[in-house]
Amino acid sequence: MNWLMRRFRPEQIRWLVLLLLIIVVIFFFASQIDNYLSARFFVRVSTSVAIIAVIAVGQTLVVLTRNIDLSVGSIVGFTAYFVGQQLANNNEMAPLLAVLMATGIGAAMGAFNGILVSYGRVPAIIVTLGTLALYRTILVQYSDAQTVITASLPSWIVDYLPRANIFSIGNLDFRLLVGLMVVVVIIFQLVLSYLPYGRRLYAIGSNPDAARNAGFPSQRIVFFAFVLCGALAGLAGFMFLARFGNITVVAGLGFELKSVAAAVVGGVNIFGGSGTVIGTLLGAILIDLIDNSLIRWPEISQFWREALLGLMILLAVASDLVIMNRLRNMWARTELQMVQQETEEPLQQEEPRYAA
Amino acid sequence: MPPRQNFLLVVWDRLKSWEGFLLVILIAIIVINSIQTPAYLSIGNQINLFNLSIEKIIVALIMAFIIINAEIDLSVASMMGLSACTLGWLYSQGAPIFTAFLAGLVVGVLGGAFNAFWITKVRLPSLVVTLAMLIGFRGLARVLLEDKSIGDFPEWFDALGQQPLIGPFPLALIVFFILLVIAIIILQYSGFGRYVYVIGNNSEVARYSGVRVQRVKMILFIASGAISALAGLLYAARLGAVRGDLALGFELDIITMVLLGGVSIFGGSGSIYGVLLSILIVLNLRNGMSLSNITGHIQTGVIGALLILSVLIPNITQSVRNMLSRRRTAEAQ
Repeated sequence: MNWLMRRFRPEQIRWLVLLLLIIVVIFFFASQIDNYLSARFFVRVSTSVAIIAVIAVGQTLVVLTRNIDLSVGSIVGFTAYFVGQQLANNNEMAPLLAVLMATGIGAAMGAFNGILVSYGRVPAIIVTLGTLALYRTILVQYSDAQTVITASLPSWIVDYLPRANIFSIGNLDFRLLVGLMVVVVIIFQLVLSYLPYGRRLYAIGSNPDAARNAGFPSQRIVFFAFVLCGALAGLAGFMFLARFGNITVVAGLGFELKSVAAAVVGGVNIFGGSGTVIGTLLGAILIDLIDNSLIRWPEISQFWREALLGLMILLAVASDLVIMNRLRNMWARTELQMVQQETEEPLQQEEPRYAA
Repeated sequence: MPPRQNFLLVVWDRLKSWEGFLLVILIAIIVINSIQTPAYLSIGNQINLFNLSIEKIIVALIMAFIIINAEIDLSVASMMGLSACTLGWLYSQGAPIFTAFLAGLVVGVLGGAFNAFWITKVRLPSLVVTLAMLIGFRGLARVLLEDKSIGDFPEWFDALGQQPLIGPFPLALIVFFILLVIAIIILQYSGFGRYVYVIGNNSEVARYSGVRVQRVKMILFIASGAISALAGLLYAARLGAVRGDLALGFELDIITMVLLGGVSIFGGSGSIYGVLLSILIVLNLRNGMSLSNITGHIQTGVIGALLILSVLIPNITQSVRNMLSRRRTAEAQ
C-alpha cells in the first residue's frame, strides 16, 4: 500500500478509474452493437469529443476558482454563427483571421462575464444564467432567422479542415480538430501545473479569503479565468463551424451543462481548488462516448441520454465528496507517517533543547 | 409621541428602500404601457397578464423561501415539465385524468425529496444537485413522451385551465392567491419563517441555537418539488397539450422575479412583498413588450439583463455608500 501511495497521487488514481470506465463502456457497447468498433465511429466520437473537451477545459479554469460559467453554450453558438457568416460573405478571408476572430469574440463575451463576477461582485451563477439568455438573444436577433449553409462557406473549412488527418494508426484517423484539442489540453495542463497563474487559480478556489490575504490579485485572476473560458468557447465555436458547416440559431444549445458534466466527472471539484485538465479530457471522452453510443443502441430509447447525463453529474460530485476526500486523507496520513519515520531521530535530539 | 415628521420626508425615506424603488419602476412601466396601449389597464388585460405567466409566479413564491434560505433550486422548470409529462403519459396509457393528476403531484414530491436527500443527507451544494436534476428531470420527461405530444384531455380539464372559475378568475389565479396568503403568513408571521431567515443568515449560528437546519431545508425542497409539479399540471391544463419541452427555460424568469424582489442571493434577507412587486414588474414588462410587438427572444434577453442588474445595482449602491462613509470619516479625522 505504501508503495502504491508513493508512486501515485489521488488524481492519478482517478485518471486510471476513468480510463477503466471508458474501456468498460467500449467493451459493453461493442458486445451490444454490431459493427461498433468501426473507423467511422471513431472519427465521429473523436471530433465530437474535441469540441466538448475544448469548452470543458475553459470551464475547468472557471470551476477551479469556485465559479461556474453557464453561458459557454451561447458563446459557442454566437461565434460559430458570426464567423460562419463572415466567411460566407467573404470567402477570401484568411483561415488564421477566422480563428482569431472566433477566439476574440469569445474572449470579449467571457470578459463581460468576468467583469460582472469579479468587479461587480455578482455571483457567477446569476451572471452566466443571465448572459446565457442574453448572448442567445443577440444571436437570434443578429441572425434574423437566417441559417449559415455549407454551400456558402469557403472550401477549406468545409472540405479540408474536417477531413484533414494528422496521422493514422491502422484505419483509425486522427483528425486535425482532434490534434487542436490535444494541443489545447497539453498547454492548459502545463499552465495549471507550472505557471504561477495556474497555481493561483487553485489557491483562490481552495480558500478565497486566504488567497486575498496572501496578496493575490484575486479579482484579476478570476476575471482572466472567465476571459480564457470565453476564448476557448469561441475556439470551440470555430471547430463547431468546421465540423457541421450548417449553423442555425440553436447551435451549441446545452453545451454549458455538458461542459460542466465533463469537468465534474473528470474530477474537478465543484467547490473549486482541485482538478486537472487531463481529468476533464477523460470526463469529456466518457460522457460523449456514452452519449454517442446510446444513439446507436436499439435496446434503450435515445431519450435516456439527458436523464443519464444528469445522474452522472450527481454521482460524480457525490463520489468526489465521499471517496476522494477519504483517499486524500489516507494519502495525507501515510505521508505524515513517512515524514515522522524519517525525522524521528532528529526530533528526539532536539527535544532537550526545547525543554531547556 | 414621536415628533411629527414632514410627510414628504417620510415618503422619501420609504422610497429609498428597495421596495420603494421597485414601486417607482412599476408605476413607470404601467404609465408607459397605458400611454402606448389605451386598453392596457382594463380588467380583462390585467387578468390576462397574470394568466399568461401564472405558473411561473406560483413557483416564484416557493423559490423566494429557498433563496432566502441561502440555497437555490434550478430544477423547478424541469420538474414542471416532468409532472406534466407524467400526467400526459398516464392519460395516454388509459388512466383517468384525476389519477394522472395525482400521480403528477406524487412525482413532484418524490423529485423534491430526491433533491432534498442529496442536499441534506449527502451534503452536496444545492446548486450542483439541482443543476444535475435540471438535466435529469427534463431527461425523464423526454423519456416518457419521447417526441410525441399528448392532448385531447377531457373538456372539463382543459376548461379548468382556460375558463374563469369564480367570477373572472381562472383556477390557477385562485391557487396563486391562496398560496400567496399562505406564503405571507408562513414567511413573515410564523416561527418556521423565522427559521428560514436565520438559516439563510448564518446556518452555523442557527444550528448552535437548536434550529433543525437540515429538516427545514428538506421541507423546503420537498415543497418546491410539489409546488413546481402543481404549476406544471396547471400549465398542462392551460395549454391543453403536453410535450417534453414544456416549461423549458422557465427557471430564468422565476429566479429573476425573486432576486429583483430584493431577496439577497446570499440568503437571509428579502420579503414576499418585494417579490410580489417584482412579479408585477416582470409581468407588466413582458405584457407591455408583447403589446409593442417585441418578440419573445428579445423579451428573454431583457429578463436576462434584468436578472444581472437586480444583483448588480444593490452591489454598486453598497460600494458607493461605503466609499462615501469612508470619505466622511476621513474628513472628520
